[in-house]
Amino acid sequence: MYDIAVIGAGVIGTAVARELSRYNLSIVMLERDNDVACGTTKANSAIVHAGYDASADSMKGIMNAKGNAMFGDVCKELDVPFERIGSLVVAFTEEDMETLEGLLENGQALDIPGLKIIDSKAVYEREPNLNPGVRGALYAPSAGITEPWEMAIAYAENAVNNGAELKLNFEVKSIDKIEDAFEIKSDKETIKSRLVINCAGVYADQVHNMVATEPDFAIHPRRGQYFLLDKTTEGFVNHVIFPCPSKMGKGTLVVPTVDGNILVGPDSQDLGLDEKEAIETTGDRLAYVKEMVSQLTTKVPFREQITEFSGLRAEPDGGDFIIDWSKSVEGFYNVAGIKSPGLSSAPAIAERVMEAVVELLKPEAKADFDPVRRPRIKIEHLSDDELQTLIEKDPRYGRIICRCEMISEGEIVDAINRPAGGTTLNGIKRRVRPGAGRCQGGFCGPRVLEILARELEMNPIDVKHEGEDAYILIGETKA
Amino acid sequence: MKQVDIVVIGARPAGLAAAIEARKNGVKDILVIERDRELGGILMQCIHNGFGLHVFKEELTGPEYAERFIDELSDMGIEYKLDTMVTDITPEKVVKAMNTEDGLMNIQAKAVILTMGCRERTRGAIAIPGTRPAGVMSAGTAQRYINMEGYMVGKRVVILGSGDIGLIMARRMTLEGAKVLAVAELMPFSGGLTRNIVQCLDDFDIPLLLSHTVQEIRGKDRLEGVTISQVDENYKPIPGTEQTYECDTLLLSVGLIPENELSASAGIEIDPTTSGPIVNEAMETSVPGIFASGNVVHVHDLVDFVTAESRRAGENAAKYVLGQLKEDGPVQSTEAGAGVNYIVPHVIRTSNIEKDVTLFMRVGNVFHNAELVVKADDKIIMTKKRRHMAPGEMESLKLPVNKLPQTDAVITVEVAEEVVQDEKAS
Repeated sequence: MYDIAVIGAGVIGTAVARELSRYNLSIVMLERDNDVACGTTKANSAIVHAGYDASADSMKGIMNAKGNAMFGDVCKELDVPFERIGSLVVAFTEEDMETLEGLLENGQALDIPGLKIIDSKAVYEREPNLNPGVRGALYAPSAGITEPWEMAIAYAENAVNNGAELKLNFEVKSIDKIEDAFEIKSDKETIKSRLVINCAGVYADQVHNMVATEPDFAIHPRRGQYFLLDKTTEGFVNHVIFPCPSKMGKGTLVVPTVDGNILVGPDSQDLGLDEKEAIETTGDRLAYVKEMVSQLTTKVPFREQITEFSGLRAEPDGGDFIIDWSKSVEGFYNVAGIKSPGLSSAPAIAERVMEAVVELLKPEAKADFDPVRRPRIKIEHLSDDELQTLIEKDPRYGRIICRCEMISEGEIVDAINRPAGGTTLNGIKRRVRPGAGRCQGGFCGPRVLEILARELEMNPIDVKHEGEDAYILIGETKA
Repeated sequence: MKQVDIVVIGARPAGLAAAIEARKNGVKDILVIERDRELGGILMQCIHNGFGLHVFKEELTGPEYAERFIDELSDMGIEYKLDTMVTDITPEKVVKAMNTEDGLMNIQAKAVILTMGCRERTRGAIAIPGTRPAGVMSAGTAQRYINMEGYMVGKRVVILGSGDIGLIMARRMTLEGAKVLAVAELMPFSGGLTRNIVQCLDDFDIPLLLSHTVQEIRGKDRLEGVTISQVDENYKPIPGTEQTYECDTLLLSVGLIPENELSASAGIEIDPTTSGPIVNEAMETSVPGIFASGNVVHVHDLVDFVTAESRRAGENAAKYVLGQLKEDGPVQSTEAGAGVNYIVPHVIRTSNIEKDVTLFMRVGNVFHNAELVVKADDKIIMTKKRRHMAPGEMESLKLPVNKLPQTDAVITVEVAEEVVQDEKAS
């Protein structure tokens, strides 16, 4: 019997598990996929919003402001890249300028630091590639960029290091309340837990409905599609650039990534309740993303595109985050409808859940809780002397496997062997980036597959690209 | 810092030939650096034949072709390092490299020859919509899994792009027991060699769908199918022409891109058309003493031409080290005219030409009974009849030094579709 079952190991579920692992509680994370961070967490804008736009009395507004303030410390503890590069909401019309005033006012009510409206000259000094006609922009210095999947991976690793358990390939099929505990079943296994924390992303409504007497909320998938450009475009923009927001969201943005790429997107397309797996890109919507971003800048070097992807936001019917005990099921906590700014809010959401659980169970704090995740070695960031010393100690750091991103064998082996480590090609790509560059794994894929098979003592045929049925090889060639 | 006369980056067909030729021209102190675990590069996975018809006047497989150069390199005792990655080159020709044994190395070279080759264009670069399942890979990656690692990658196959690797892999997959359903090609003509279309598709009854593209990829974990549509003259899918193919594998052979990230770090000027360095008749880049040859300069159709070009780079790098390259005399720049996509070399210093200079080029369309017309400024200096030209096949023109003007000039080559009578320059 566990004290806590967290359903869903995206950035929210892993953050919750990690915060709860500060206490003497037995915790299990249940994840349907074969890795953490496989849902919305892996496909979004990878930005940490300053927090001026959600209304000051909404859960989104409160969590975002608080989460943003916590982000730096959390990323430091967990060794997750995070840069406060600041954001600009760009106004092209007088109406837009009025919108900026409204955002500024709301942001001030939420105590968002450093917000100001800057004039067009100041905007072009910062962002010369924007279209002509800029009237001004709302500048938010506390906005930043990060790696959301890395955040979830780091949270999961730190949670496991502090005693939490991670069950992958555990797709929750049923939940039953039996006396004071929940019985949670997958196809293969049944576990019991005193409390359930529902962090199931776009499926949070279905998971709740497995045990709830009546549905409290519904989660619609809202799809967004993106282009990722090669690192050769680094410097095309220097801030998170937003158009003025509309009722469909914050608009199509253009943003640098922490790895030096440029990301363009998303669009915003409401899908049906039965389309929660619809993460394909579509020709018409990709074209629409290009059209939308051209309102900000017509100079985007799409010639340098290296991939396109889409992600689903969990759009709650009530519009705001749902972070509370279930109205109808005792001991069941919903963290649902965590759309944007969910990533930005993650540290604050996890803290809120932790406080609710602590109030209920009154557990003891763990004396040996270690908030620090062992830093990743990134050879790209080492000085020549540091790298030389490292290679002498462990020669595998001298063997480059991924030439686009300059990733060594040592880094890949470490990513496999850590707690909650990578077991698939994409799992390794998310952790240390081979395959994330311009050749998209064409060269390094076979090498990474070989290393995975060796380290995990698997037959190469059993190494997967991503999901459990994502086999790459079908057998040996004819003798 | 380690000092070397010539550092060659890459020990594939280009690098091997360049290093050998540099040695033959009198430079002893040569270091060849290869990132892979063996010499020979992609040739080692090209186990089909068809290599060497020009250079050796016989038909060899890729590994056999490579072996001849590997043996010669070894016999000459030229030093090489495998499993070693060059991470940076400065304009001052300091080469930074790393491996497991030496750790980090900074090597000061007198001359550098860049032979890093090219990479395959990806699904993401051409933005094929759909899901992102396993089973979608470049033809070269599939070739590596099958011919080097010994694993099959799928059973029912669609190939997008009729570049040579795609054609070769259509046959290879078939011989390994897979069913190749179709090869779709965006253009109204194939990007591959005619002989490969005949030997790899026609002989196995594999349909080549010209002016078609893959419009959608389906399947959650593993590929389940693709939709192929016919395209209009703007390469846009024509509604109503969609055909679905159930397949577990989509191989992409949609173009090769010279790998010039290192060239960029050395500050070398790149030709946006070829995506390779701008080079002169000596295969020297815009940075003096840094030479380049093979697919890093422009994508070749035959390895034989890579060898010829790389021998020229090796010979001239040796001359550079020995102070024998001439800087004086008239300088001609080349320019692609109508019907021609690009010309290599970009610059000709006539004083370095002994007998003739060979211009390599690719045409932009399929031409029958046409002529290549060479002009110096606006004067025709040579014409050559061609019965058949296609973008998939590289054209070359040998230009005798006595046809080149004795002053600076712009040399253009263009395609004349109507054969011009009696106007040929003598």
